[in-house]
Amino acid sequence: MIVGERKPLEEIAKMMQAYRKVLNIGCGGCTSMCLAGGQKEVSQLNRDLENHFQDQGGDIRIHELTIERQCNAEFFADLDEIIANYDAVLSMACGAGVQFVADRYPHKPVFPSLNTTFVGIDRDVGWYEENCRTCGDCVLGDTAGICPVTRCAKSLFNGPCGGTRADGTCEVDPDTPCAWYEIHKRLKGQDRLDLIMKVRPAREWVNQTRRSVIQEPYKERYTK
Amino acid sequence: MKSGGNLEAVLKAGHFAITGELGPPRGTNVEVVMKKAQPLKGMVDAVNITDNQTAVVRMSSWATSLLVMKEGLEPNYQMVCRDRNRLAMQADILGACAHKIPNMLCLSGDHQKFGDHPKSRGVFDIDSIQLIAMVKKMRDEGKFLGGEDIDVPPKIFIGAAANPFGEPLEWRVHRLAKKVAAGADFIQTQCIYNMKIFKQWIDQANDMGLTEKVYVLAGVTPFKSLGMARYMQKNVPGMDVPNHMIKRLKGVLKKQVASEGIKIACEQIEEFKEMQGVAGIHLMAIEWEHKVPQIVEQAKMLPRPQVPQEPQEPQEPQEPQEPQEAGE
Repeated sequence: MIVGERKPLEEIAKMMQAYRKVLNIGCGGCTSMCLAGGQKEVSQLNRDLENHFQDQGGDIRIHELTIERQCNAEFFADLDEIIANYDAVLSMACGAGVQFVADRYPHKPVFPSLNTTFVGIDRDVGWYEENCRTCGDCVLGDTAGICPVTRCAKSLFNGPCGGTRADGTCEVDPDTPCAWYEIHKRLKGQDRLDLIMKVRPAREWVNQTRRSVIQEPYKERYTK
Repeated sequence: MKSGGNLEAVLKAGHFAITGELGPPRGTNVEVVMKKAQPLKGMVDAVNITDNQTAVVRMSSWATSLLVMKEGLEPNYQMVCRDRNRLAMQADILGACAHKIPNMLCLSGDHQKFGDHPKSRGVFDIDSIQLIAMVKKMRDEGKFLGGEDIDVPPKIFIGAAANPFGEPLEWRVHRLAKKVAAGADFIQTQCIYNMKIFKQWIDQANDMGLTEKVYVLAGVTPFKSLGMARYMQKNVPGMDVPNHMIKRLKGVLKKQVASEGIKIACEQIEEFKEMQGVAGIHLMAIEWEHKVPQIVEQAKMLPRPQVPQEPQEPQEPQEPQEPQEAGE
């Protein structure tokens, strides 16, 4: 899941201050799952903004609409009809969704109300952790299912640096386990340490230009 | 004086300046550097030492700069944002200035995909305009980007690049303005072939008062061959080679194409000399360093001015620093 966090209210209000009629669009996808940009959060943000502008004496009307996902055109049918009624659009989707909205309505100013934080998991209700940097060349098979790119602060590929603490935490943060300490522990338990004994050579980074994926059955359709 | 260097002195004195270019070798072959440096001596006011140009690994720019200084040439130390983060950049700038390298050129750098390590990770921690601002802060405020004081700040003449021919054309002069606002002292432009577009750009820069704040050196690259001209026209993004130039090269005998190329370049230089807002030229004779004396002579730019340098302030003795703990 893509995890997002709402921007500070002042920052969102500043982006909105030039507009009179704004549509705040929620996303029923990832940002709804992480309780940042779904229907409930859209209503909350609108209340916060209305209170803010009431205090500031601004004249602004903010409506809301939450669609199933902001990263696929098929969910935008309702929006296409009403978008003309608004001066500006707020999106509570991740960065991908915000761009999708902005590309779809190129004459409309579109603003993000979240910071897209990471690809991660639910550690508990309202507690999320980053687990994947989408590097595009997965090494988890060799690292006991623990990502060194994401979970090692230096993204090291050949084991822990000299900074692992006595309790197996990372030198940069005593609350974060050292990824390589954890990888070693788990592989040892599985008797698979041989996987991390060889030198892993410099990698070929495949995420340095914008990526796209066309699945095999669709190749013909899209690459004519 | 910001740097105490020759290029700054020449420009400040109002002379029409010329800078050259030297690409470091793909190895430790010092002979190559010397061989390329020889013909540039006395011909240029400073020479750009490229930094892993086209994202191909070469001898480092600062090290090659030191080599050409030994030969009596003043380097313009190029630095790209692709290969190092802000820590490494600031460290290299301190080192360069400690060795009295007086000029640097701040660039984003070609994407690594075009080079010999296409799957390397590009750093781009900061961009070229942020790099300019960082160097200015180091020099003028005596502070690192992080805000801490520098013990004897670097003295350096800050250069930046500009391309008047990239799209969107109308925005290009505003990008120049940003570089000036960030702190660029001089600008070296992309190779100019379309004189009309360049004239429009420099007129805009004049109108905006930019050329009063920054020295603009017009980029000149003589065509060595018809093939090169065609290649630049078709394959180099942001390069604008008008058809009439191709036609002109086609119109001469094959063995005369190179001298026709030089002739075109010299005619351009004559125009630049008369153009308001142009303070000099940047001659990029790519892998053609030995032709530079002929070109500079033919362009009537010899002898190069000898400007007496202002005395540099003596450096304060530095206190020994506490040893720092090493980390990986």
